Amino acid sequence: MSAATQDPAPARIALVLLGAALAAAIFLLPLAAVLAEALRRGWEPAWTAISDPDSIAAIRLTLLVAAIAVPINAAGGIAAAWAIAKCDFAGKRVLITLIELPFSVSPVISGLVYVLLFGAQGYFGPALRAYGFEIIFALPGLVLATVFVTFPFVARTLIPLMQEQGREEEEAAATLGAGGWQIFLRVTLPNVKWALLAGVLLCNARAMGEFGAVSVVSGHIRGQTNTMPLHVEILYNEYMFVGAFAVAALLALLGVVTLAAKTLLETLTARRIGEHA
Amino acid sequence: MGASAIAPRSASRHQALPGLGLTLGVTVVWLGAIVIVPLAALALKPWELGAAGVLAALSEPRVLAAFRMSFGGALAATLASVPVGILLAWAITRYRFPGRRVLDALIDLPFALPTAVAGLALTALFATNGWLGAPIEAVTGWKVAYTPAGVIVALFFVALPFIVRTVEPVLRDLPAETEEAAATLGATRLQTIRRVVLPALAPATVTGFGLGFARAVGEYGSVIFIAGNMPMVSEIAPLLIIVKLEQFNYAAAAAVGLAMLVLSFAILLLLNLWQRRLRRGQR
Amino acid sequence: MTVEIEKLVRRFGHNAALDGVSLALHPGEFAALLGPSGSGKTTLLRILAGLDFPDAGSVRIAGTDVAGVPARLRGVGVVFQHYALFRHMTIAENIAFGLRVRPRRLRPAAADIARRVATLLELVQIPDLAGRYPDQVSGGQRQRVALARALAIEPSLLLLDEPFGALDALVRKEVRRWVRGLHDRLGITSVLVTHDQDEAMELADRIAVMDRGRIVQFGTPRALLDDPQTAFVAGFIGEANRLRGEVRDGWLEMRDLPVPMVRVKGRDGPVEVFIRPADLLVAPSPRRHGCVEVALVRPETESARVVVRCGASLLDGVAPTQVGRILPGVLCDVTVRRLTVFGEDGAREDLHLVDAPGCVGAGASI
Repeated sequence: MSAATQDPAPARIALVLLGAALAAAIFLLPLAAVLAEALRRGWEPAWTAISDPDSIAAIRLTLLVAAIAVPINAAGGIAAAWAIAKCDFAGKRVLITLIELPFSVSPVISGLVYVLLFGAQGYFGPALRAYGFEIIFALPGLVLATVFVTFPFVARTLIPLMQEQGREEEEAAATLGAGGWQIFLRVTLPNVKWALLAGVLLCNARAMGEFGAVSVVSGHIRGQTNTMPLHVEILYNEYMFVGAFAVAALLALLGVVTLAAKTLLETLTARRIGEHA
Repeated sequence: MGASAIAPRSASRHQALPGLGLTLGVTVVWLGAIVIVPLAALALKPWELGAAGVLAALSEPRVLAAFRMSFGGALAATLASVPVGILLAWAITRYRFPGRRVLDALIDLPFALPTAVAGLALTALFATNGWLGAPIEAVTGWKVAYTPAGVIVALFFVALPFIVRTVEPVLRDLPAETEEAAATLGATRLQTIRRVVLPALAPATVTGFGLGFARAVGEYGSVIFIAGNMPMVSEIAPLLIIVKLEQFNYAAAAAVGLAMLVLSFAILLLLNLWQRRLRRGQR
Repeated sequence: MTVEIEKLVRRFGHNAALDGVSLALHPGEFAALLGPSGSGKTTLLRILAGLDFPDAGSVRIAGTDVAGVPARLRGVGVVFQHYALFRHMTIAENIAFGLRVRPRRLRPAAADIARRVATLLELVQIPDLAGRYPDQVSGGQRQRVALARALAIEPSLLLLDEPFGALDALVRKEVRRWVRGLHDRLGITSVLVTHDQDEAMELADRIAVMDRGRIVQFGTPRALLDDPQTAFVAGFIGEANRLRGEVRDGWLEMRDLPVPMVRVKGRDGPVEVFIRPADLLVAPSPRRHGCVEVALVRPETESARVVVRCGASLLDGVAPTQVGRILPGVLCDVTVRRLTVFGEDGAREDLHLVDAPGCVGAGASI
């Protein structure tokens, strides 16, 4: 940076300090508050709250929901990215807009739409119920709402990257005799694996942490349809603050770890790009 | 809706790379089942009440108050996040200082932190006995938690990263020559920033504003703990949907949901047009 | 392996990238597709490779129509413009790729693949680079890897898409000769796409000159130089002075440059006249009042290149002798040894020289 675009030192220091102070207040204080509240009475009560059977059930359910929802969106995202980046068809912009649509929809509406479809007064609810299928207030509803909310994550990270990488390597592989799956597994996937991993991580964090959408479809049955974020809410509403904050701290840890992993992945890919340049 | 508009350019047109049929098929099924059909249900359901019924459901004072809270709160919070966002983006793109990478990573925290956790944390911070709530009340006498101010604080937290992350790449790619040119033409540093740098950031800022605003309008988890949820005062529109659902009034819930979506898409569209005009003006 | 292309049409929206292209290649021939960017040469190459598909027309390779055959089953080797090497594979893995992706029953044993890769590395003269990654070697080496990778599948047809474009000028000449040598040893029918006429002239047995989706002339380098069929070819291949002229009553007239008596058989009207610099001889005028003024002189080993001002135009010519007396500002005579005339539609006009080519300046004093 040249002297002309360099701000004077006092301004620089003041701006950095102000930025750091703001960031600390906005981002670090909440994290610290969660931890402080969780450990207000020491480790023991916090640990008891987390190892409570209802909490364990909530953790299990959260893991299960994410384990179903994330692969669905990863598969869909990869398929969409392949079609958009490596093939020719009309309507790509429309498709991309539709894929990103769920990001602009309120989580509560994301849950609501499935209640409208499968709830007691929904379009298909009564019929499905007659055959014994429970969707709302049951696992399928939680999964559907979670898939909706985390829908664009993988597609969004892959599409621009795969478009930027172009098709030459894939075309070269095709002229050398490789079939579709061989091209994908041996040529495309190795080139996007870190981005895919980052997308999956973000998708997973959101899936495990989702609150509004699952809150609408869950029915809040303890031990059965309560995910971790919902469990936090119940504990909080029952004035079991230590328990609520202890489970929240666990979720916060998930967020922080995700963030750290994402930053690491970005550093890795940036370094690789640097090597190529 | 979209499925018919998306089709291979012509049936006989070969593709150099295989897999279009499979991948587009998977995409359309995935998109249709998860997004299109459910949103179609949202678009249809309210009309069970009839047009007059929808209007009546939306013009209830409690509904109107909730819309004012959600949209007004989102507007205030996103506006407040613009200067802070630009400042943070400036700090992490223009300066090298210890902890810059940590700061950079932290900005994404609202993306990665579960919303319920953020809500709980902000409530604890801004409660009358909280680390921030207590001093604020002592100095100004204002309460933050359980008031509309609390809603705005939570939405600010949610919207901020969108501003930073859209402004940041533009700021980074801004050619140093333009600033140097301004300096050679006799502009002071402040003049350069005000007349050269900030206008260049305008389109990205509008885009970031739109993204942050859209997210904030629909936000639920971060808000619900700190809002206090008093009808007519600090109740947000998404909560009202849940209230209507608990009353088994699906159509009214759908009406509120649809109105929220239509309104926020209309605002996004306007922002998009504005952003394009700004961008064109710069070319 | 013969290649027969008939009446290929490929449209992108309203633009025809290929507008009725026909071409037949002999087995073992090295052909070049030469044209400016956007002339359709890369589209034609991609159709041959099976990476793009025509809207009409047919391609037959070794007598078989390949319309429905996907790229992966064509056995056509391609060297891509930017090589398209697989970044995450070593150079040996890149070369082995085409063998490793074969169906199990056609796949050579691992040891055979290793041997074949070693042979190819030897062939392209980079045996030491097997374990390196593409971003660890130079541009010229990458180009060799791309060639070896394409040759690994023992292609019946080898396509080279601007393969020398990414190399710097010094390496380019050397690699070019080496590629031609390799072609002569292996005898694979090859098609080179290029916009660089030097490259095409040096490498190819025959050159197809393309312009706006059509092949305007297909012939040996010599034929293109000596016998251009259209104004485009005359202007694109080799250097030429382009002058506007007019045919009146069957006689060629030019405002700036008086020429010998030339009868033109076509209709009267404006024409374009091409004169190669080597056919424009500049000589000192014995009477010191020649018809052209020397503007620039650049000595070369045998003769000198001279730029002369002739009316409003600047023309390139050669001065074979007495270089010392040709200096900027001196008035000289010029002799046109040979010229080519094209009508307004770009097609060549038949000429009939009445007067033997003579000294213009002496004949017609201005």
